[in-house]
Amino acid sequence: MSHLTGVRFLQGNIACAEGAIAAGCRFFAGYPITPSTEVAEWLAKRMPEVGGVFIQMEDEIASVSAIVGARWAGRKAMTATSGPGFSLMMETVGYAAMTETPIVIVDVQRGGPSTGQPTLPATGDVLQARFGSHGDYSIIALSPNSVQEMFDLTVEAFNLSERYRVPVMLMADEIVGHMREKVVLPEEVETFTAPLSRRGSKYHFRPAKGSLVPRMQVFGRGYGVHVTGLTHDERGYPATADPVIHTKLVRRLVDKIEKNAGRIIKVEEHLTEDAEVVLVSYGAPSRSALAAVRELRAGGIKAGMLRLITLFPFPCRRVKELAEQAELVVLEMNLGQMLREVERCARRQVHFLPKIGGELHTPEEVVRFVKKL
Amino acid sequence: MRVEVRFSGFGGQGIVTAGIILGRAASIYQGLHAVQTQSYGPEARGGASRSEVVISDSEILYPKVTKPDVFVVMSGEAMQKYIRDVGRGCTVIYDSSLIKTPPERGRAYPVPATMLAKRELGRTIVANIIMLGALSAITGIVDGEALERAVLDTVPKGTEELNLRALRLGLQSTWQEAKV
Repeated sequence: MSHLTGVRFLQGNIACAEGAIAAGCRFFAGYPITPSTEVAEWLAKRMPEVGGVFIQMEDEIASVSAIVGARWAGRKAMTATSGPGFSLMMETVGYAAMTETPIVIVDVQRGGPSTGQPTLPATGDVLQARFGSHGDYSIIALSPNSVQEMFDLTVEAFNLSERYRVPVMLMADEIVGHMREKVVLPEEVETFTAPLSRRGSKYHFRPAKGSLVPRMQVFGRGYGVHVTGLTHDERGYPATADPVIHTKLVRRLVDKIEKNAGRIIKVEEHLTEDAEVVLVSYGAPSRSALAAVRELRAGGIKAGMLRLITLFPFPCRRVKELAEQAELVVLEMNLGQMLREVERCARRQVHFLPKIGGELHTPEEVVRFVKKL
Repeated sequence: MRVEVRFSGFGGQGIVTAGIILGRAASIYQGLHAVQTQSYGPEARGGASRSEVVISDSEILYPKVTKPDVFVVMSGEAMQKYIRDVGRGCTVIYDSSLIKTPPERGRAYPVPATMLAKRELGRTIVANIIMLGALSAITGIVDGEALERAVLDTVPKGTEELNLRALRLGLQSTWQEAKV
């Protein structure tokens, strides 16, 4: 028995849970929190059915730590949470980055700060996804805007985490998490698992020539595997006072993502070719953005849309190109987070239409904003 | 064509379930596009409950309801809260066993669903399904067969017969617009 297949009318959180099963996830640890709870609730039932393990931990710190442990025991693993829990997970995000542990963290975002608006949408955690833990590291963050993508991008999140041995964040929001839509779930999905290091190897943190991502090893297969958050050498043993080792390791943790950005990044574009104004958005507001683009075009305004499917690494080059050609308008459900990234790459003034309080931009208000530019 | 349907009542009446069944009927069995969303307070039972379905013959981008075309309402509190969103062309289908006065706006159809559920089926829990049947009979957005299949997909095992009887109660009556 495996993941659900066929044409279904599903909730986003359940599509995410099924995507995890399809990707080969067989361990889920979590602590329930609105609006992510259905992911855990569904997997509590489904994990035992597919030979996996579900465990409700005492909190989110324990949850993310458990999935790191599970991955080193050889199981693909995921947790799901929302803002307050995401904050608690941050130390271990850095640990997972440092130990190059492939894990998937789902954040179904709600209004913050603090406990904020539990039942309402926001995208106020997106910079935390990138910068929430201490020290230098890179992660990958994805942003779904439909129930179908809650399935597809969960699969993608696992594959990217395994390919780059890195934590991947699925940055959903209450709308896509709780919305129900028709989805088509394929019988088979393409999956990738981090290859194991060669027989007899002691170097589970040394990439092959030409690669930045080492093969990995797991516990219980007869290898001496040492995993530490301390700066370590290529065997995984602590080497905390050597500037050369630290520099080489941490640069590689960043480079393996940033130098592969071209392979990782996915965006969706509509009518950008001749656009004079480009709406830049992600998640649920991108649906309103596209509706607005269609309406603006019908009214003779050359509008286009750039949707960030990958939030991090950030598609800097494409944003710069578009900024040279068109006015950019950023739409997001926070007071200016991805805006900073867009401004940094655009190197010019960027227009901004934020929305907080728990409501989604309507296409009409987007149209009105663009017409006033 | 874009039809916006809002269901509202109090927690425990199956407001969200009604939205799911309608969305499933439209998108899986009627060949249309549908998006269902919901909003709720922190309470598990009682409190206001709202569920919305957008149905269209083309891709649905903006998933929320702003100006409902159909408002299915099952509590006086919900009627009060959302009557301001009801425009002249909106069809209001209200549980007249719980809401005594017809709304002053929209085209109002009284359906005594809770009373019928109790009297005919002995279970008030299926009043929401009677309302769905009435919605199909009054608006024709989805047909009875699509709803029937969606009901069977959605309701718990062992309650299929009860729910189908409730659906037919709603489908087979001739509902008349209220005289204001």
